[in-house]
Amino acid sequence: MTQDAVIMRAVNKYYGGFHALVDIDLTVRRGERIVICGPSGSGKSTLIRTINQLEAIQSGTIIVDGVELTAWGDNVAKVRQDVGMVFQNFNLFPHMTVLENCVLSPMKTRKIPRAEAEATARHYLERVRIPEQADKYPAQLSGGQQQRVAIARALCMKPRIMLFDEPTSALDPEMVKEVLDTMIDLAREGMTMLCVTHEMDFARAVADRVIFMDKGVIVEQGAPDEFFGSPRNERLRNFLGQIA
Amino acid sequence: MIREFSSADVTFIVLAVRWTLILSAIAFAGGALGGLLVALARTSASKVLRRASAGFIQVFQGTPLLMQLFLVYFGLAVIGLPIDPLLAAAVALTLHASAYLGEIWRGSIEAVPSGQTEAATALALSYPHRMRHVVLPQAMRIATAPTVGFLVQLIKGTSLASIIGFTELTRAGQIINNATFKPFLVFGTVAALYFILCWPLSLMARRLEARMRLAVTR
Ligand SMILES: Nc1ncnc2c1ncn2[C@@H]1O[C@H](COP(=O)(O)OP(=O)(O)OP(=O)(O)O)[C@@H](O)[C@H]1O
Ligand SMILES: [Mg+2]
Repeated sequence: MTQDAVIMRAVNKYYGGFHALVDIDLTVRRGERIVICGPSGSGKSTLIRTINQLEAIQSGTIIVDGVELTAWGDNVAKVRQDVGMVFQNFNLFPHMTVLENCVLSPMKTRKIPRAEAEATARHYLERVRIPEQADKYPAQLSGGQQQRVAIARALCMKPRIMLFDEPTSALDPEMVKEVLDTMIDLAREGMTMLCVTHEMDFARAVADRVIFMDKGVIVEQGAPDEFFGSPRNERLRNFLGQIA
Repeated sequence: MIREFSSADVTFIVLAVRWTLILSAIAFAGGALGGLLVALARTSASKVLRRASAGFIQVFQGTPLLMQLFLVYFGLAVIGLPIDPLLAAAVALTLHASAYLGEIWRGSIEAVPSGQTEAATALALSYPHRMRHVVLPQAMRIATAPTVGFLVQLIKGTSLASIIGFTELTRAGQIINNATFKPFLVFGTVAALYFILCWPLSLMARRLEARMRLAVTR
């Protein structure tokens, strides 16, 4: 299939009277790795949360993997099976073991038998390098381990697109690398990724395109070289100066 | 004719405890079902459901339980059902419990961090699956202590059913007192029986609450 992974056309999102996303146009190719950065409140989270419709939009079109997100029908349910998401605060289910976290949706939503779902879960826990934690509860793990479980849990649904919303911001510095390494592995395997992050080394290493947002608008975008090497926009230059 | 307060009278009162327990059990079971529906409606995405359930809660929390009992008792006749004190008390207490448990459980559901629902939604879990496997198990732990606390209120509340003529513990006491006129002895016995029913539950509620606090601060 050659279709694009995500197409957003003239997307507008309001929170009450507040205009959070302004005429967003964005096309993400299959296998493309995109990093989104920008100041706090610029709409980065809102942008990626419209892709699996954690946030509904007020106007415009979003097409994910050829399926248009519509308010009616079961398109949204279909798209959510195809789109994995990792949150800043991990959001693991605290009353379930790591393994139970990983098999819940495959079993309930995809109707996969337990044995198969557990085999898949163990496979992905292996890949994020914590197979030995399968029977622990989230509270027994470090932040970095919890976030890797969250990544494995999302992968267990076999998504074609992964969304990351500041996956390393809540972590102690010494744990950032283990999570970024996991994400880099995923990028190398060709996963389509949209990552909100301020880890610019990560952006340089894996991003095909970096996007800068401000006040709900995509202000500038480009390949990492030109994005960091010769930023045209003044606000982007200020921003890069601040986080460097 | 006033007679002595005998052991047969004590037996009569003690046996009436079963009606207090039966009425409490019916109201609690019915209230649990009703309360779950009310709590889900209160936290749903539908404005109509939220409004309707909020109205239901306000009506039943804002009026005396005794008036609710009267209205149901006389209301049964209006809709052509036989006037039956047990039925009337069971219906009124069930509605009452639905409102209170609904409100307790709404709070518990809302106390589960929104990130839990978001993560479950992002994993493509449907609303019933999200509720059943992710939100409600966590809400239940928060709700246990106040729910047991309400059960104590409910057991004591069943005493009002005596006024519409249902022979549970309190009315059994009234009947014996009318015959023996030993109010302190009779109602002392009745009160002691309520205490025996409620005190272990109160204790349990307090223990659960302490354990919850520990779990939260851990
Ligand atoms: N549920 C909401 N209700 C009202 N306003 C909201 C809501 N969520 C976000 N906003 C507002 O929308 C704007 C964009 O929010 P968003 O979370 O997308 O920003 P962000 O770029 O992710 O910021 P941060 O770096 O702080 O995470 C902010 O001004 C925020 O206050
Ligand atoms: Mg954000």
